[in-house]
Amino acid sequence: MTLHPILAALRKHKAGVVLIALQIALTLAIVCNAVFIIGQRVERVNRPTGLDESDLFLVSQQWVGAPSGDDPAGAEKLDVMQQEDLAALRNLPDVASVSPTNSIPLLNSSWTGSLSLKPGDKLAKGNPRTAYYFTDEQVFKTLGLRLVAGRAFTAADVQHSNDPRDRPVVIITQALADRFFPGESAVGKVIYSDGSSAPSTVIGVVARLQIPSAGGFGSDFVWNSTLVPVRLDGSYARYAVRAKPGRLDAAMREVTPALYKVNPMRVLDDDSIKSFTDIRARAYRADVGMAVLMGVICLILLCVTAAGIVGLTSFWVGQRHRQIGVRRALGARKIDILHYFQIENLLIAGIGVVVGVLLAVGLNLWLMTHYEMTRIPVAYVVTGVLAMLAIGQAAVFVPARRASNVSPVSATRAA
Amino acid sequence: MFTYYLDLALRSLRRNKALTALMVLAIALGIGASMTTLTVLHVLSGDPLPGRSGDIYYPQVDPQDLRGMYPSKEPPMQLTLIDGMNLLHAKRADRQALMTGGDVPIQPEQSALDPFYVDARYTTADFFPMFGTPFLYGHGWNAADDEAKTREVVISRELDQKLYGGANSVGRTLRIAGTAFQIVGVLDRWQPNPHFYDLNTGSYAYGEQVFLPLQTMMDLHLNRDGSTDCWGNGGGGTGTILPAASCVWLQFWVQLGNPVKVAAYRQFLVHYSEDQKALGRFQRAPNVRLRNVMQWLDHNGVVPDDVRLQALLAFGFLAVCLVNTVGLMLAKFMRRSGELAVRRALGASRRTLFAQLLVESGVIGLVGGFGGMLLAMLGLWLVRQRSSDYAALAHLDSSMLLTTFLLALCATLLAGLLPAGRACQIAPALQLKSS
Repeated sequence: MTLHPILAALRKHKAGVVLIALQIALTLAIVCNAVFIIGQRVERVNRPTGLDESDLFLVSQQWVGAPSGDDPAGAEKLDVMQQEDLAALRNLPDVASVSPTNSIPLLNSSWTGSLSLKPGDKLAKGNPRTAYYFTDEQVFKTLGLRLVAGRAFTAADVQHSNDPRDRPVVIITQALADRFFPGESAVGKVIYSDGSSAPSTVIGVVARLQIPSAGGFGSDFVWNSTLVPVRLDGSYARYAVRAKPGRLDAAMREVTPALYKVNPMRVLDDDSIKSFTDIRARAYRADVGMAVLMGVICLILLCVTAAGIVGLTSFWVGQRHRQIGVRRALGARKIDILHYFQIENLLIAGIGVVVGVLLAVGLNLWLMTHYEMTRIPVAYVVTGVLAMLAIGQAAVFVPARRASNVSPVSATRAA
Repeated sequence: MFTYYLDLALRSLRRNKALTALMVLAIALGIGASMTTLTVLHVLSGDPLPGRSGDIYYPQVDPQDLRGMYPSKEPPMQLTLIDGMNLLHAKRADRQALMTGGDVPIQPEQSALDPFYVDARYTTADFFPMFGTPFLYGHGWNAADDEAKTREVVISRELDQKLYGGANSVGRTLRIAGTAFQIVGVLDRWQPNPHFYDLNTGSYAYGEQVFLPLQTMMDLHLNRDGSTDCWGNGGGGTGTILPAASCVWLQFWVQLGNPVKVAAYRQFLVHYSEDQKALGRFQRAPNVRLRNVMQWLDHNGVVPDDVRLQALLAFGFLAVCLVNTVGLMLAKFMRRSGELAVRRALGASRRTLFAQLLVESGVIGLVGGFGGMLLAMLGLWLVRQRSSDYAALAHLDSSMLLTTFLLALCATLLAGLLPAGRACQIAPALQLKSS
């Protein structure tokens, strides 16, 4: 079949052709970018933190009327109180392991600073940022971290302080090790934190550990975590707790009575004990919501466009009823009529997707300048183009079938 | 004539029910989605202090050392304690308040209630008159109380309800973090959105339940919560420890009644920076900013990007729905060329034909717009069910209702004009002959 009659017929319906092509183009541009955003969000939400996230929960509590950590005697007392809590939690029947910590990945509460190879060197000179986890020797077991080089903390490494500026030993993530010591082992090397002149010796490297910030604030140092063996003295303390396998709920229930038994002068409410699953869900709530919303809108958009194609083609079929009858009477087969409408749709959709690709790329470029967005991969655009052409063909099939069923006799009847 | 057109339109629409439904639904979905996202955007970018925000300014100075400096770099977002106190005591503005946030344990006298934590604002006295906080009972404290580090507290209506069943609690004693405070005031409902005066605590739907003097907080080492930025040898500032002198952690707001005072205050900030540099405290050339509330919110990009993206997406969606409807309507009108030609031949002018077709597309648009409004209400209800911090604020107000109506009207006209205009261009004789 030649394209000539199709083109000639389309020329009679310029406005309709332009509108349907425009609709396809806009749909393609929007859907491509929306799906790309969904893909980015899903990727973000699914990235592993480096923890063994099952059976893990966090206790955040605060003592009432606790001594101040500013003076040495107060600091000692706070540490004793914290150690009593830790001992009580570790004795619980369903608890496998406990560590004090100032934060945990995805909690969005972080202590950040910068690391350098030189003493007294601050963030300004392109030194990487890092988030600190102040914790103790049980942290590897509690969080389920994987040590790839060096050794873990021992009880002898652990100090306590209310303002730990000197950090004699630290464990860093592989990401930081690669940044500072590419191609060599970081173990035994010295780094300096927060512009301090006191050296910190790297004693171990952990495979992966995300920082507490899940949002945009930490986006340029997501994997730059530093573990410091210090129990922080303060009226506020957080404990990461690993329950025995499958005993998470039981262990979470045991915490409140056990801590109140140690010392009733404290605040522990519904928000104080959170499973890691909850922390994760909370951190990515907005991302999941955005992805769902975009998904729903894309789906409706595709349906509207498909319905528009069905509606418009149906009209054209009705309008050309007699001409179709004439063609059939002159010997065209049903399949020829079907192909006619299919090819016609392919042509219109073809124009639409060409314009749509330009719009999609343009929209992506515009979004890149205004929002936190990267260049859209070609795969998304190609998939979008194929999907739009497929939807066009699917949508045109029903009216085209109806057209092919027009009887040759209708040629003889007046319209 | 109009009722006749309406009758014609309804007949025509009834002839093809599925298509009519599709057009109405497309417009309704487009408007519903656009209005939902636009309302959320509108609510989030609202003025937290209507009528006052233009007079309230956020001064910034730059006390950092020379490391990392480059021209036109923004000064820190907050103040150090020294600068905050200096600017506060200089009293160069109509009103000024220095503040930070935190949380404190409340120990109720009633044994039925366990101790619990509430969010606190540590501030100086002008906070209340400057922001125009409504008092249910009592009043705030004054500048002398600030210096005397009095144990006085203003509580929220919510906390008053929880502790005293809503009774006038002024004069009663409240134990906060082990210290007895006297309640001097109870605020009525007051929750500015965005939480402009301290964006570190979360921008929306955040409200403190106790307000007490800043210097009392430092005296008692109450727990502080918020952002701390340090340079040089600065550090600390977690929990009850005050940050070092080379850390910024305080917000400072001033009220300046007219542009002359604003210019004078900006000049004052420059002089202050020069003086501090002469004293050796500041190292950088004067680098000051003075933004009012809305400028400050804009500078901080308070409205989440996601919300803007959603609005953008929804309007793209509306555009596609409109193009869809225009296309279908056009096809429909062109299909009726015969009928229209007969009407033309019988003496109907182009204008009356146009009016008739516009009535038909107008019906679609209006029904679609009305459906869109219902869908927007449903959409906002869905938004409120989400647990994000601003979800509860998403309501359709009168201005947004009006916008919806206008949007529907424009959508209608857009969707109707082109098809109706095109369909009127037929030559009656030719059309009659060919059919």
